[in-house]
This record gives sequence, structure tokens and C-alpha cells, in this order.
Amino acid sequence: MQSIDLRGVTCPTNFVMAKLKLEDIEVGTTVEFLLDDGEPVKNVPRSLKDEGHKLLGLQERDGYYVLTLEKGAE
Amino acid sequence: MAEPKIDLKNLKAGGFIKERGKDLFTVRLRVPGGRMSVDRLSKIAAVAQKYGKGYVHLSVRQSIELININFADFDAVVAELGEEQQKVASCGARVRVPTACGGCEYNPNGLVGTQKSALEVDQKLFGTATGHHKFKVGFAGCPFDCPKSATNDVGFQGAVWPKLDSDGCISCGLCAKSCAEGALSMGADNKPVFDAAKCIYCGDCIKVCPTGAWSAEKKGYTVRIGGKWGRRPLVGTLYATFVPEERVVDFIAAVLGWYQEKAEGAGRVRLGDIIIREGWQSLLERLRSEFPEYVVQETIAPQVIQSQLPLPGQQA
Repeated sequence: MQSIDLRGVTCPTNFVMAKLKLEDIEVGTTVEFLLDDGEPVKNVPRSLKDEGHKLLGLQERDGYYVLTLEKGAE
Repeated sequence: MAEPKIDLKNLKAGGFIKERGKDLFTVRLRVPGGRMSVDRLSKIAAVAQKYGKGYVHLSVRQSIELININFADFDAVVAELGEEQQKVASCGARVRVPTACGGCEYNPNGLVGTQKSALEVDQKLFGTATGHHKFKVGFAGCPFDCPKSATNDVGFQGAVWPKLDSDGCISCGLCAKSCAEGALSMGADNKPVFDAAKCIYCGDCIKVCPTGAWSAEKKGYTVRIGGKWGRRPLVGTLYATFVPEERVVDFIAAVLGWYQEKAEGAGRVRLGDIIIREGWQSLLERLRSEFPEYVVQETIAPQVIQSQLPLPGQQA
């Protein structure tokens, strides 16, 4: 599974980067995003959901979070 | 041409405010909720160019004010603004033009239609004489509360009450992570546990939930009453929760009725100070009789914000 590291990237740049990355990924593909704690993990999942992607889960790792999602239709 | 004799008292009621210069007035426009069509904005710009000083002032309560208007031009200004249905606002002891945030149509945080509420209040209550002092109403679409609703005489804040369909929950934990108030945590069965006392009705759990397991059980406004700013600030306190959008005008009218009655003879005193004098119980009971399903069990007096030193009763 493709993993996109958005740690160290602040809002809203992290969301825009996630959006750009998703443009190159096929619909239905599952990818994961690495997100910092705080604002990023609170904001990015909701924004990606609003864009039509299917959120699959959130896991806490060592000091950061892994968001798994399936790319939605355009 | 304007009448040679103009009643300054009526002018003030109509939103014409005397400036420093001879014969010059500020004309405050009526812009409920701060939303304006570009056509209307263009018309205002043209009128300001023709009769004004070359600039306008954007007031703190979302109005556009035309500056340096000569009173002889009042009739022409009003007529030309009227070509785009632009009206003039009010001053004095009246229900003022309501303020509002952008609302829920394009703002992802918005929970309720604040723009619609502001328009409705403007149509039905704007300009109502209170008999005592100004009366301000404001609408915030969510608990972020950009419009600072609790600094209004009656302030509305969008709210949503979440409910969980446990079968639809995939135990992702996003809701618990999103809840900034600590009202949600993941339980032993890996399902969210809701602590209702901590919820401020922001709906972040509903917005982030991937499956729709969290949904809105009810929506409406949290209502705080008795706020004002100025020389002696007060922050309004909680009187009702989940007041439906269609009851907003009735709710304000009930508060206004209480104020008109209780402030009788008190002079130019704002609602919050009348509540402090009369006790919050009186207003709460009045509202409970009309809105029993929304009014809270009890509240507290408007909160005095100490902005001067020394504090009252202390030595300098």
C-alpha cells in the first residue's frame, strides 16, 4: 500500500498535498497518510471525507497517526 | 430636493448619523448578516462616489456606512439606493440589524442557516422600538462562534446533538480523536463512549465519521442572553438549547417583551443589566412558559467582564 508522509506539513498545506497525491491514484485504491497529532489529525481526515474519499481507519503510531482511506470517485 | 426642515431625531432613527462637519451625515446601510449581492455593492459604490467622500466605512456590525453625505442629498441617496433595494439601517433604542457568519451553505463548519435566520429577523423585527435601549441579535453557525454571539442581547449559536448507530461503527476512532472537548473516548468494546455533559454540540464527530454511524438527532440554536460590549461589558449566559430555526423570531420577541416590561422606567439600560437587577429566574420562567422544551433548568446572571481598574469597591 502506498504511504504518503505528511508529517511536519502544516494545515492546510497537508490537505492540499494529500489532494494532489490522490489525483495520481486510481479510484478504489487504498492508501495511507502519516499525520502529525493535533490540528493535522483533527482536520485532514474530515476534509478528505468531504472530498468524497472513504475513510477506513486511524491508527496511532509512535507520536503520529496513520489514516487509511480508499480513493473515491471523481 | 430635501425638505428645508429635517427632524434630526427621525433621521437618527433612520440610520442617518451626524458627523463633525456642518450639514454632513454618515448613512448607515441595512446589511443583515453581512451578505450583499455584487449588483447591490456596485450600486452602493456608485452612490458613494457621487455623494460621498470617496470612501465608505465597513462597520463592526457588518454594515456599509456612506461617509460625508450632505443632508440636502438624503432624498436622492435613498432613491438611488432603492434602485437596488438597498435600505438604510437604524440607530437608537431599537432592534438593530442582525449580524451573522456566512452560515452553512459554503462554510464546512456551519451547522445551521444563519443567513436565513438573520434575514428573517431583519424582516420581522428590525426597527422595533424597545422603549429603553438598543437591542442586538447575532447568529453564529457553530461553536467556533466567529460572530461572538454571547456579546449580543440575544445571541444564537448553531448546535447539533449527535447520536450513534453502534452497528454502523467501524471502530476507527476518528470521532474520539476529533472531539476537542473530551466528550468522546473509545471504550473497552472499541466503540465510542459519549460523555454528554462535556459535549458543546459542534458536530465534529458527525462530520468526520466515515460511515455515517454518527448522525444528527436534533439541530438548532444554543441561545445566550444579556450580552453587550461598550463601557461596561457583559457576556450573555445560556437560556436555551436546540431552539429550532423556525422558532427564532418568536423567541426573540418573547425576550423583547420581557425587556420592554421589566425595564419600564429604568431609562436607557440594556437587557443584561435589567437581568442582573430583576434576577435571571424571572426571564427564564417567562421563556419556559413559551418554550418549555428548549429552556434550560437554570442559568447564571450575565457575566461581568472587568475591564477597568481599580475594581469596584477597591482603592486605587
